[in-house]
Amino acid sequence: MEYTSHSDDTRHHMLKAIGVERFEDLLEAIPQEIRLTRPMDVPQGLAEADVESLLESLAAQNSVAPTVTSFLGGDVYDHHIPAAVDHVGGRSEFFTAYTPYQAEVAQGTLQATYEFQSMIRRLTAMDVAQASLYDGGSAIAEAALMALGQTKRNQVIIAGTLNPRHRGVLETYLTAQGVDIKTIVADNGTADLEELKTSVSDDTACVIMPSPNYFGVIDNWSDGATIAHEHGALFVAMFKPVSLGVLQPPGECDVDIAVGEGQCLGNTPSFGGPLLGLMASRRDYVRRLPGRLVGRSVDADGQPAFVMTLQTREQHIRREKATSNICTAQALLATRAAIYLSLLGKQGFTGLAETCQRRAHYCAEQISELKGFSVPFGPAFFNEFVVDSPLPARQLLERLQKRGILGGIELGERFPGFDNRILVCVTERHSRETIDRFVKELNAAAGETGQSGEPSEEYAHDRVS
Amino acid sequence: MAAANKGTTIFDATTPGAKGVMAPDPGVPEPQDNWRLPDAYRRSVPADLPEVAEPEVVRHYVRLSTRNHHIDKDTYPLGSCTMKYNPKINERTAAMAGFSRLHPETPDDHCQGALRLMWELGRDLAVITGMDEVRLQPSAGAQGEMVGLLIALAYHRSRGEDRRKVIIPDSSHGTNPASVTLAGFDPVAVKSNEKGLVDPSELAAVLDDNVACIMLTNPNTLGLFEQDILKITEMVHAKGGIVYNDGANTNALLGIARAGDMGFDVLHLNLHKTFSTPHGGGGPGAAAVGVTKELIPFLPGSGIEREENNGDMRFSRKSPGSQSIGSVHPFAGNFGVLVRAYTYIRLLGAEGLRQVAEDAVLNANYLMSRIKDVYDIPYGHRCMHEFVASAVRQKKQGVRAGQIAKRLLDFGVHPPTVYFPLIVPEALMIEPTETESMARVDAYAEALLQIAREIESDPDMVNTAPHNAPIRKVDEARAARDLDVG
Repeated sequence: MEYTSHSDDTRHHMLKAIGVERFEDLLEAIPQEIRLTRPMDVPQGLAEADVESLLESLAAQNSVAPTVTSFLGGDVYDHHIPAAVDHVGGRSEFFTAYTPYQAEVAQGTLQATYEFQSMIRRLTAMDVAQASLYDGGSAIAEAALMALGQTKRNQVIIAGTLNPRHRGVLETYLTAQGVDIKTIVADNGTADLEELKTSVSDDTACVIMPSPNYFGVIDNWSDGATIAHEHGALFVAMFKPVSLGVLQPPGECDVDIAVGEGQCLGNTPSFGGPLLGLMASRRDYVRRLPGRLVGRSVDADGQPAFVMTLQTREQHIRREKATSNICTAQALLATRAAIYLSLLGKQGFTGLAETCQRRAHYCAEQISELKGFSVPFGPAFFNEFVVDSPLPARQLLERLQKRGILGGIELGERFPGFDNRILVCVTERHSRETIDRFVKELNAAAGETGQSGEPSEEYAHDRVS
Repeated sequence: MAAANKGTTIFDATTPGAKGVMAPDPGVPEPQDNWRLPDAYRRSVPADLPEVAEPEVVRHYVRLSTRNHHIDKDTYPLGSCTMKYNPKINERTAAMAGFSRLHPETPDDHCQGALRLMWELGRDLAVITGMDEVRLQPSAGAQGEMVGLLIALAYHRSRGEDRRKVIIPDSSHGTNPASVTLAGFDPVAVKSNEKGLVDPSELAAVLDDNVACIMLTNPNTLGLFEQDILKITEMVHAKGGIVYNDGANTNALLGIARAGDMGFDVLHLNLHKTFSTPHGGGGPGAAAVGVTKELIPFLPGSGIEREENNGDMRFSRKSPGSQSIGSVHPFAGNFGVLVRAYTYIRLLGAEGLRQVAEDAVLNANYLMSRIKDVYDIPYGHRCMHEFVASAVRQKKQGVRAGQIAKRLLDFGVHPPTVYFPLIVPEALMIEPTETESMARVDAYAEALLQIAREIESDPDMVNTAPHNAPIRKVDEARAARDLDVG
């Protein structure tokens, strides 16, 4: 299959017009000894129909709803996406444009981005939001870099409740610069504010605290911010976008920079990427923001117009002095997020958050009543919570998998002492019936005695298919 | 009506009380008090999102979309951006539920299809570039650059060396020096010679034992192949440095020459460019990072391993080793873009990929030959997949490159990249790509030639362009001065 438009005759004609005989004459700068003389060792091209079948067969080897029921979360969520998001966000006009360097023919992308910035500002109650970063992890890293630049200090303090996958990205970005990263313990599901108090010093550039945190627990940004500010450090809040439908926003908690993972806003899980990094801040830091920023202006006729602005922050102008090296980010995901938030609207978004938290609390309550199970960190969560199981988490999860359930994320690998714990996520996709079945299967899986992992006979009849 | 709506935002369309797409009701019993979300954590007022019903939301964003230029409509030859037409089958495969709804924390046994796809894609890209191993984690080219530099840093540190300098040609993309700063190195510029290439003697002058790495784009941003590449890589290796290839321009080389054979130690590929993901108005992208054998231990993120057991293949994710630079992405990478790259490679195959490069080079040379008598071409009389023209003649007549770009909008095509690379005054950097037909390339050449004539006869008309675009020229200064970012 090919997508080039030329026939061999056309090619010949073009070569002649250029003034050469053969295509190879155009390659005179490439030394002979490195020119490939035989085809590369990749498979021969296929017809479109065959490629579709090939990809269908690969896709079929992955377990997704409705074949399995999944309670996996951890900052990537399978929320329902309204059909209109795909329809409008999938239009060629949005999909096949590039960075709006020429504002006059990119008003669609620019205005959608401006509206997206406005929506993130409103969700977070911060002063300004930028156009998108790669993902929540790099958004935290960029926030830390902003704080390091602003304070000229060299230490970053993070809550141990941070998603370990985000923490990994942060460490990669900061260790190259020799930044000291200090972690506040989180044994009981929240960051220990007493330890934070003794840890923050005049060397601290920022304190980074998620809420709801990786364990789903709502943490105390306001107190964290007070402690950070006492030492002139910035306070960086990591938020979960959908939770802001019901929870207090960072802008009301004296937060300096708010970052989040926005995949959940109208974008698919897609095996973890592409994701959508969100960042909002106080107005004071607008000139330190990384990445694109779209502003409102007018055109030569005085009509409203949108354009990328404050570009002197960026790499294509400032080169080594830029606030970040970011160039291509996640514009399409941001556009989809804007369409998604518009479609749900004020009431729909609040309703979504309310349904997620209500169903999650119902699920937690039910599980807490099972023999041998507990929900150790209590009810101060949004839609994710930790479950303590009577058997090792891996064993529990494997038994659930045999029942067609991806029951949650195993925590023991990354958190010592959490070997029996899993992180469970409930969204509006999980009906009461689904939750009840999950609770029943948890109980059955824990009650199994055999090593086979097959469901016991007693429960085999209501096995989830 | 549409005209009257110009600039009206979705917030202006709000009707208080109007409902959009509603989530299902909770439908579960109210929990006991001790299992309720405590009121203290609740938001006092709901976020002030739009209140607009679905039909008007759809119309609003469809109307906005019509104000975009895009590659499905017409030519978009932004230099260094590889704005080619992307096969629609890519979208169908990436949207398959088995990929799009797959959660990244899914256990290996439940995502064998995804892991196999990534393993095969990594192998194919290694073959295409001549590198020993390829990892797929970075989110975009700029992050791929950072990864390459962190690998160089880790490599030198593993040998007990603390090298500080990274050499970058003055023609490089802006992300290169920005990435150097991010990785904690000091950038050192090397001047391009009169041919627009890295001059081995200039390089020798800045090359010493403190050089960690040289970053080279090949073909470079002038669209020229670095003809002394073998000598350059040898010189840097002799000083113990790493040679990094910014593979942004790999579209020019598919099946023609491989970075691995040129002596590069590490490279990144912009998968969304060369391997065909629509650019989405500025992302998402994805990058692959390829290395030679001795740099494998430093690669970021999880590698995919293949085990054979009685003819059955099993794929698994392996945690990064102790020498890895760590992760640059929370998960395995921008998988949706990887599905498109895999689809594209399977569609085209080895021969189709070589045809991509050949037609990309052919179109660029053809367009250059069509305009070279009217616009200066300061470097080279042949090019690879793109070339850089200069509007210095037109500037003398009163019109700068940026205004030529604005006038091109009136012809319904997208302008080239302007004022870059920095070493060319009044630069027009043009990358037609392989998917433009000869008729399209001819029409683009005609537009550029006509504008050159207009500049002679009526420069004011060109200087007040665009006249035919969805809006007139935007006041950029005002946007920065009276900052309103939503």
